[in-house]
Amino acid sequence: MPDTPARNPTRLGPRAWLGQLLLYGLFALTIGVFSQWPHYRHLQADEALIKLSFTRVGKPVGDCRMLSAEELARLPPNMREPKSCPRERSPVTVQVDLDGRTVLQRVAPPTGIAKDGAAAVYERLVVPAGVHQIAVRLSDDVRARDAAYRRDARVTLVPGQVLVIDFDAAKGGITLQ
Amino acid sequence: MHTPPTGLRQHGLTAWRAVEGVFDAAFGSRLNPLRHLGAIGFMAFWLLATSGVVLFIVFDTSVTGAWRSIEELSRLPFGLGRLLRGLHRYAADVLVIATALHLLREWLHGHARGFRRFHWLTGVPLIGFVFVSAIGGFWINWDQLGQYSAIATAEWLDALPLLAAPLARNFLVEGAVSDRLFSLFVFVHIGAPLLMLFGLWFHIQRITRAAVLPPRPLALGLLATLAVLALASPVASHAPATLARVPEQLRLDWILLFVHPLVDATSPAFVWAVVGAGAALLFALPFLPQPARPAVAVVDADNCNGCKRCFVDCPYAAITMVPHPNQRIGRTLAQVDGNLCAGCGICAGACPSSTPFRSTAQLVTGIDMPQLTVNTLRQRLQEAVSTSQTARPLVLFGCDHGARCSSLTASDVTPFSLLCAGQLPPSFVEYALRDGAAGVLVAACREGGCEFRLGERWTAERLAGEREPHLRAGVAAQRLEVVVAGPGDEDQLATGLERLRQRVQTLAPDPDPVLRLHHA
Repeated sequence: MPDTPARNPTRLGPRAWLGQLLLYGLFALTIGVFSQWPHYRHLQADEALIKLSFTRVGKPVGDCRMLSAEELARLPPNMREPKSCPRERSPVTVQVDLDGRTVLQRVAPPTGIAKDGAAAVYERLVVPAGVHQIAVRLSDDVRARDAAYRRDARVTLVPGQVLVIDFDAAKGGITLQ
Repeated sequence: MHTPPTGLRQHGLTAWRAVEGVFDAAFGSRLNPLRHLGAIGFMAFWLLATSGVVLFIVFDTSVTGAWRSIEELSRLPFGLGRLLRGLHRYAADVLVIATALHLLREWLHGHARGFRRFHWLTGVPLIGFVFVSAIGGFWINWDQLGQYSAIATAEWLDALPLLAAPLARNFLVEGAVSDRLFSLFVFVHIGAPLLMLFGLWFHIQRITRAAVLPPRPLALGLLATLAVLALASPVASHAPATLARVPEQLRLDWILLFVHPLVDATSPAFVWAVVGAGAALLFALPFLPQPARPAVAVVDADNCNGCKRCFVDCPYAAITMVPHPNQRIGRTLAQVDGNLCAGCGICAGACPSSTPFRSTAQLVTGIDMPQLTVNTLRQRLQEAVSTSQTARPLVLFGCDHGARCSSLTASDVTPFSLLCAGQLPPSFVEYALRDGAAGVLVAACREGGCEFRLGERWTAERLAGEREPHLRAGVAAQRLEVVVAGPGDEDQLATGLERLRQRVQTLAPDPDPVLRLHHA
């Protein structure tokens, strides 16, 4: 029966074994090194992070009004609610000033097909660590000229600190954590 | 005829083969890891699954207890905890590397199209599952690296207009991450690999004898390498997660988490665009203009005796056995699924009816390739040997995808390039010798390097008498030379030929004049 090289592969010599060792070693080195090196810094050593994030359902875009008798008559009997309010909500506008300079301004539209859902904002601001004067203005009513909520604070941020600016109506509006 | 790659793919393939050659020199072709990338990926998955099950037993699935329970692992005696954790992490790295190289290799070899379209399209989504599984694993440790990865992932996902409220709001302040959310992390880390396993089943469904583990020596070598790495460079946790602070210096696993720094350096939208474009390209590759598919195998019911050898040997499960139309009880007939057929001809080489010794003028076999029938091969062989002017004519049976047969230009050699070496019915070797050839050279691709997966293995086993149809024992071994010569191995082909030539010079010119007379 013929002896075929494919069934009887050449025996590996010492050089091949050494080569295997080297290649296994290189493979291990590649994984060992790149699974933890180079070290990664998300922020520089003298920086801090401000996160502005909230969800807020804005005020209705218009006032409620009373329907006239004719308008009510046109409605099905089970839907004759005399007071009609717009479903659409106002976009929420927020502005952050840092040390007297506006660093962030966002207009968050209401979510949902009927634009009656909450507006949501999530923003990150990388700032130098240290003492800062922060002013936050938030408006949730397109009918109002001035911001409905404001918060001014002097904060000291240590390197690597995260300051969260949120909104909680139960706590009086804009919160800093 | 096989269409060679062009342009970028050609250069890439040349470079790949050069690297493969380096690994061949060290591992031998049978154990070359670059030819077992899919199986290595599977092995990494099994390692992850088994180590993950053990880790899950000792793991505290609460947000406050997770970090502590992982830390306690490192205190297990004999470095068992370090070993377990290291194997789990480094196997994930191996899985990503093996997957990336597997993808690259298959693309370079033009395997994104034709009958392999199914394998390609079922393989691409697995890349996503690999990364979802891997990234989710960092979160459940809930150290600073997990914190960074979880927040970075949430911020990246928030760039897609999917949710009304940003996901990243779940990580705003201390205490925001509840046990309930943490259970979701665990669910993702277990659920995604389970889905991946399901996807893997699809991926290899149309492959017979799919390798879900590399050959044992290679598997042991890889396992030992990872074990040494796990003990020499143990995986350590960062400090526990603190949402009030940004993690400082992170020992990032760049192989698994590179996407986060990429988002930081560019923007979430940019990375989504890159991911989307990459996925679209990968999914589109099988549908780009491509060469026509080769003709598929054809069954002749009158010559198929239902022996199932083609069914067993087909590498792509393209053959099924159906009741024979002659309606004899128990008789079956091979049936070819044209969508699955690779057009390799391995089935024709397996068919016992392919023997050229049959006395019919027109050799019709049970299953054959229209582009190169066994009848054509027999005719050409007869003509070549009978018209040879040399005292000791040699016959070469090679492969379209291996070393170029046309590179041998000596006048005493008649080359036959087959669709695959596996297309050669072993009886053709004996037939050539009886027809007057002084020696026969069979060239198969390197082990594990067959374009059609199993051709080189079946050829070797058939010629060694270990597989049906086998080469008869009476064939003089000195007159047969089998060389392993893949693409680019023309020098090995020439060396093998010279070896055969030297050997037959010492033998009588005619292998067996009596048999030859009888045969004529």
